[in-house]
Amino acid sequence: MTTDELRDLKRKAIEIRRLTIDEIAHLGIGHVGGSVSIVEILTILYYRHLRNNPGNPKDPMRDKFVMSKGHAGPALYAVLADRGFFPREMLHTLNQGGTSLPSHCDMNRTPGIDMTTGSLGQGLSAAVGIALGHRIQNLPGRVFSLIGDGDTNEGQTWEAAMSAAMYGLSNLIAFTDYNKMQIDGHIDDVMKTDHLADRWTSFGWFTQQIDGHDFEALDSAIQAALQEPNRPSMIIADTIKGRGVSFCEGDFKNHNMPITAELAKEAIAALDKEEEALV
Amino acid sequence: MNYAITRPEGTDPVEMRAVYGSLLADMAAKDERIVVLDADLMRANGTFDYRERFRDRWIDVGVAEANMVGVAAGLSTTGMIPFPATFTCFAARRTFDQFFISANYARQNVKLTGTDPGVAAAFNGGTHMSFEDIGLMRTIPGLYICEPSDPVSLRKLIPQITYRQGSSYLRLHRKAIAPIYSESEEFELGKGKVIVEGRDLTIIATGAIMVAEALKAAEALSARGVNATVVDMHTVKPIDEALVIDLAKKTGAILTCENHQVRNGLGSAVAEVLTEHAPVPQIRVGIKDEFGEVGTQEYLQQRFGLTADNLVAEAQKLMARKVQPVGA
Repeated sequence: MTTDELRDLKRKAIEIRRLTIDEIAHLGIGHVGGSVSIVEILTILYYRHLRNNPGNPKDPMRDKFVMSKGHAGPALYAVLADRGFFPREMLHTLNQGGTSLPSHCDMNRTPGIDMTTGSLGQGLSAAVGIALGHRIQNLPGRVFSLIGDGDTNEGQTWEAAMSAAMYGLSNLIAFTDYNKMQIDGHIDDVMKTDHLADRWTSFGWFTQQIDGHDFEALDSAIQAALQEPNRPSMIIADTIKGRGVSFCEGDFKNHNMPITAELAKEAIAALDKEEEALV
Repeated sequence: MNYAITRPEGTDPVEMRAVYGSLLADMAAKDERIVVLDADLMRANGTFDYRERFRDRWIDVGVAEANMVGVAAGLSTTGMIPFPATFTCFAARRTFDQFFISANYARQNVKLTGTDPGVAAAFNGGTHMSFEDIGLMRTIPGLYICEPSDPVSLRKLIPQITYRQGSSYLRLHRKAIAPIYSESEEFELGKGKVIVEGRDLTIIATGAIMVAEALKAAEALSARGVNATVVDMHTVKPIDEALVIDLAKKTGAILTCENHQVRNGLGSAVAEVLTEHAPVPQIRVGIKDEFGEVGTQEYLQQRFGLTADNLVAEAQKLMARKVQPVGA
């Protein structure tokens, strides 16, 4: 990755955070923390690795992305709008009656969404099914999926993990947004996920653990995962819930919280400053 | 009895699972989109031969039914037509959220099959006895629920389920069943099949056990001078409203019977139609707010009143209500 490419990705991540905050603030409440913790993961996928086309969002040859933590829809919508899957103005319709942007991802409402999610634990199973479908039909698309650390509390996630390894799904690359916060508090106080990388490794996955806000680390991990010939890949991304949002970074209460216009303004101003520092 | 169908040439029982498995294999030979999923029950569910022929389009997920349905939904998004199967108890109770959200809410094309409905679970006992699966499934918007009564109707209905875009729940009696119909009979998904015509009352049945019992009951009633219409309501959802209304008006009394709870199953579906469109006396034969238990199928049919004798007794009660309407 060149210095220019890295700076562009950083700038894009700032823009996605601004769009996400504006989108949620326009409604007044939303899943802030777990949306902004994944911005670097979404950015590197949608601006560097995913082979898809906003002009033909249902192209059967495309790479696919399954957002298992469906409540992080707002961040993904910001990315999809910026990529041109739908007009940016649509972001202000989040969760309004009749919207195409529901809080949780819906493949039948939103251009660019590849799977309907929201009931935690189900996304990785669907991603396994898509990866199998691609393999059976000799489709070139890779399947990327993002699960939350809360998602890993669900037994179904581990059922899916077993089946992906059993079928050697090297066309499946999953990320864990390991922000270590869930709705009721820190994961150590709610449901421990110690040795998370060992768990995935022992389930038969090629597992890497990296800083989920570091583009170079993310890029190397994705490159290594793409080279893996026989196993599904898990990239555990150490992240901070609420990352880059001045009023709620690292606060577990940020899972679903109100954002006033003042708070949004403050957060966006801070992001503007961060962007200026990049140049 | 006045049969409205052509009766079968032979009456030797045929394993329903063998029909299911071989038909899937025949369809898969012509249609590369068909894929079969099992959760460690391929022999029980009759998909072993399919696996031998189409190993690359057969997926066993082990004992993980929730994942099976989720994987099926994912396969469906790629344009494939997945057929996941397990026992009815797991298909409905255990995978309900996965089937609801990943398959149905996501508008996917998942053809879920549940086998061993109700008392057919026999020696597997109460844990495996589904008296509620139709009820659960009936609450899923847009879902088709189909329970064929014999090998012929099963063979004719599966292709219709397969090529109707949208998810479905096939409630499959997997063991050997004597054919009711000749091979020349045709069936239409969503339309009840009138087997016997009679003007005194209508018996509406679903599934292999109860359609056979309903026919025996109609014979016994006929010998006593009571002529029953018998309907094979193979599609429980959407229920054939027009047929229910027509027969309510023609016969004035409806007896429903099902190998399932009377709550939210066939009896409820029929009652909903009658209440709104053609109120006539109805008796629902089925399980009355009880769990299942272990035993032979014959014992369990006796235990829960799923017999021709009980249908005759209930039909006679119904006839009494028909001639003495409430408030008369």
